[in-house]
Amino acid sequence: MTRHIRHAAVFCALLLVALVVNAARVQIVQAPQYDGNPANRRPDIARYQQPRGDILVGGKAVTGSRDTGEHLRFERTYANGPMYAPVTGFASQAYGTTFLEHAEDGLLSGADPMLAPLPLWNDVTGAQNPGGDVVTTIDGAAQRAAFEGLDGRKGAVAAIEPATGRILALVSTPSYDPQLLSGNSAAAARTWNRLNDDPDKPMLNRAVSRTYPPGSTFKVVTAAAALDAGVVRDLDAPTRSPDPYTLPGTRTTLTNEADGCRDASLREAFEWSCNTVFAKLGADVGVADMTAMAEAFGFNDDGLRVPFPVARSTFDSSVDRAQLGLASIGQYNTRATPLQMATVAAAVANGGQARSPYLVERTLRAGGSLVAAAGSRPSHEVMRPSTAALLKELMTGVVERGTGSNAAIPGATVGGKTGTAQHGVGNSGTPYAWFVSWARGDGDLEPKVAVAVVVEGSAADRGGISGGGLAAPIARAVMEAVLGGVRQRALTGEVPDW
Amino acid sequence: MTKAGTGPGLTVAQADTPAPAAQLPRRRGVELALILMAVLLSVFGYCNVGLARHDALPPGAAGYGAGLGVLALLAHLAVRLRAPYADPLLLPIGVLLNGLGLVLIYRLDLETPGDRAAPAQLVWSTLGVGLFIVVVLLLRDHRVLQRYAYVCVAAALALLIVPIFFPAVNGARIWVRIEDFSIQPGEFAKVLLAVFFAAYLAANRSALAYAGRRVWRLQLPTGRVLGPIVAVWLVSVGVLVLERDLGTSLLFFGLFVVLLYVATGRTGWIAVGLVLASLGAVAVGWLEPHVHSRVEDWLHPFASIEAGDGPGQLAQSLFAFAAGGVTGTGLGLGHSVLIGFAVKSDFILATAGEELGFLGLTAVFLLYGLLVERGYRAALAARDPFGRLLAVGLSSIVALQVFVIAGGVTGLIPLTGMAMPFLAQGGSSVVTNWAIVALLIRVSHAARRGTPA
Repeated sequence: MTRHIRHAAVFCALLLVALVVNAARVQIVQAPQYDGNPANRRPDIARYQQPRGDILVGGKAVTGSRDTGEHLRFERTYANGPMYAPVTGFASQAYGTTFLEHAEDGLLSGADPMLAPLPLWNDVTGAQNPGGDVVTTIDGAAQRAAFEGLDGRKGAVAAIEPATGRILALVSTPSYDPQLLSGNSAAAARTWNRLNDDPDKPMLNRAVSRTYPPGSTFKVVTAAAALDAGVVRDLDAPTRSPDPYTLPGTRTTLTNEADGCRDASLREAFEWSCNTVFAKLGADVGVADMTAMAEAFGFNDDGLRVPFPVARSTFDSSVDRAQLGLASIGQYNTRATPLQMATVAAAVANGGQARSPYLVERTLRAGGSLVAAAGSRPSHEVMRPSTAALLKELMTGVVERGTGSNAAIPGATVGGKTGTAQHGVGNSGTPYAWFVSWARGDGDLEPKVAVAVVVEGSAADRGGISGGGLAAPIARAVMEAVLGGVRQRALTGEVPDW
Repeated sequence: MTKAGTGPGLTVAQADTPAPAAQLPRRRGVELALILMAVLLSVFGYCNVGLARHDALPPGAAGYGAGLGVLALLAHLAVRLRAPYADPLLLPIGVLLNGLGLVLIYRLDLETPGDRAAPAQLVWSTLGVGLFIVVVLLLRDHRVLQRYAYVCVAAALALLIVPIFFPAVNGARIWVRIEDFSIQPGEFAKVLLAVFFAAYLAANRSALAYAGRRVWRLQLPTGRVLGPIVAVWLVSVGVLVLERDLGTSLLFFGLFVVLLYVATGRTGWIAVGLVLASLGAVAVGWLEPHVHSRVEDWLHPFASIEAGDGPGQLAQSLFAFAAGGVTGTGLGLGHSVLIGFAVKSDFILATAGEELGFLGLTAVFLLYGLLVERGYRAALAARDPFGRLLAVGLSSIVALQVFVIAGGVTGLIPLTGMAMPFLAQGGSSVVTNWAIVALLIRVSHAARRGTPA
């Protein structure tokens, strides 16, 4: 019997060995495969088990985290969600992240290895860092002015500080409350479906993700090209342009809304937005110089990150002279994001030097120590400083005497350009009202803000759609908000927060 | 029956029994030290959970440690008093496994605040240790049980049949539930059946070994002794079909085959047993949907994910083991609760695997291995065939049960609902396992005591 007991014992030992070998298979050999299974919720649980870092505007968080006590513990909250949605995007447990929440996700979630106190520290200890904070360049007052100015109409506003490229406002309406998407509940799913089915596309970030035909606001670029190339040397000399203007090589004639564009000087043509003059100017400058100027302003660049990607603004370089004429007045294939047009105004305001726009001032660890600061971005010369000076003169004229008088601010120099862009098949769509501008307070040495506004008109006010009427007041409100803030800081001696 | 010319059982047994050993050292001091270590380890785990979850020692740490310590000391005193020669490892292993089980259940209670299982488990553990003490004190000689073999088998069958009259819980008809109070009679039946098998085989092993017709190389038994064996096989299949409890029937049958082999030394029995078991298992696996789905889950644990229904329990269990890796996440820091239903009972090992890692899991397996090994050692040292078979049977119950459930939750074999001895939530199981340890202590004491009883 002893022998058989030993046999049975060996059998039990074999069972034990089988268990240990199998445990090694599951826990060591196949573990990476199991860990990476999309149905395994552990990565999500780890991600949401601590509060997410915050996004700050003017020293105050516009985001927060709520402890739900569920498996996916912390949910994102937003203060003024719809107003800041184009900046923050959403951070959803079910639908991922967008915009800053996406671009800075590693930092906000705590996964970024830069947050670790020592290199490889977390790999050894298995600890997770608390999420870091993202300090934005947004000016809360300007953002509010833009959001309230648009007042729910379809449109977008982008504002930039010309000397630095800091984005001061980034608004898109109609907007949505990203907080409604934060969780993974049925309510979040309903909101998601509703927002996606909404024909007004509230989740579309019109300021950076959508391009519009820029219409007459593109004449700033055409004027810059004409002046830089020497096609026009004197703002007040007649341009010898006919009205109506027959596009070269075609029988299509171009007319103007305003009178007196025949042989108008560049100054008059800019102030009254003469299509005939600028179409001819563009054709005279030639496709090479026009394309070069547009690209210097940032067109045809699909690599721009602010830090989230910005849609490519386009200026078609493979055009005939007739198409070039149309392209030069912001039609045909010319398209621009509102942020791109704000960059155009900023480059003019900054003496011809363009700086790449950016949204993140600096990133901080949970304790407040610096992770990374926005270094000084390189600037590049878009046009000669003399050209920029002439353009500023032209743009100031638009506001003082021309189509942009609605943007005038007492106690400040404002330069602007209106635009009313046709679109759709046979220009059947409701036009877009544009306004791009910059402003310098009388006490300031340089312009403090450049802004671009686009309002998609509704069919009801088709007759009255114009850049000066719809868009310029919004631009003025944004510029006033920025200048007011600058003035206030100067008065109180407060050190600005950058 | 007397073909080999020997009398019933006992004579043969004495023939291959080792010569009486010299009196062995008692080693009660070693046992006490090991028990203290087991209690300290459990309290350490308990504190570890509290520190990991709340950055503070859990409020009941001292009370928990004191309670477990007092229970263990009482058990130790009983052993010291009435079974001073017993193996000094058996009791500390029981204490450590039970303490670890309480820690794991307490840890899982934190995830399910509405459903606390640790307090009840502590009460059941107390009852279990109480039963242990009673058995150690009152059962002066384990051979007395031999007399009650048929009482035992009758009681076991009754316990197995009772749950059929109660509603099924999650597909298995193995519970007796009155109000909130529920027990699993099948757990107690295991020990009773082990006693019966041991007694029956000790009495009839020579008949089984040598009587009957020889067909090719297999020695077939006569019909007279075959009867009870067929009856047991029918009971196993009956349990399987009527209660849908594949695990228990597997355990019964495995236990019987092991004991039959040890008693007779006939590999033919194993062949017959395996053929019968496979026939039964295959038939039921195909015909019974509950069992069939378990086999499908085992073959394709991620099928429900591919079907878009999210991970099933086995998939979640595998995720938990994988998340543990080599060193584990640390007590209190895993997410095995995702397994959902039965996370504190059948799937308790997944929590050990995730939070203690492969190393911790291996340590737990080795504890079981050690427990089984000490049981077999008692069997080898015992001088009476009944004691030997009883020790083998009880140890094999532990080994088979650990294999069936641990293999099930780690995807080695199809999953069958079963309690991990000592670790899993479940009063019946804890009490039964303490009874098993108590009986092993008795056999071991009798074996190691130098002078024959």
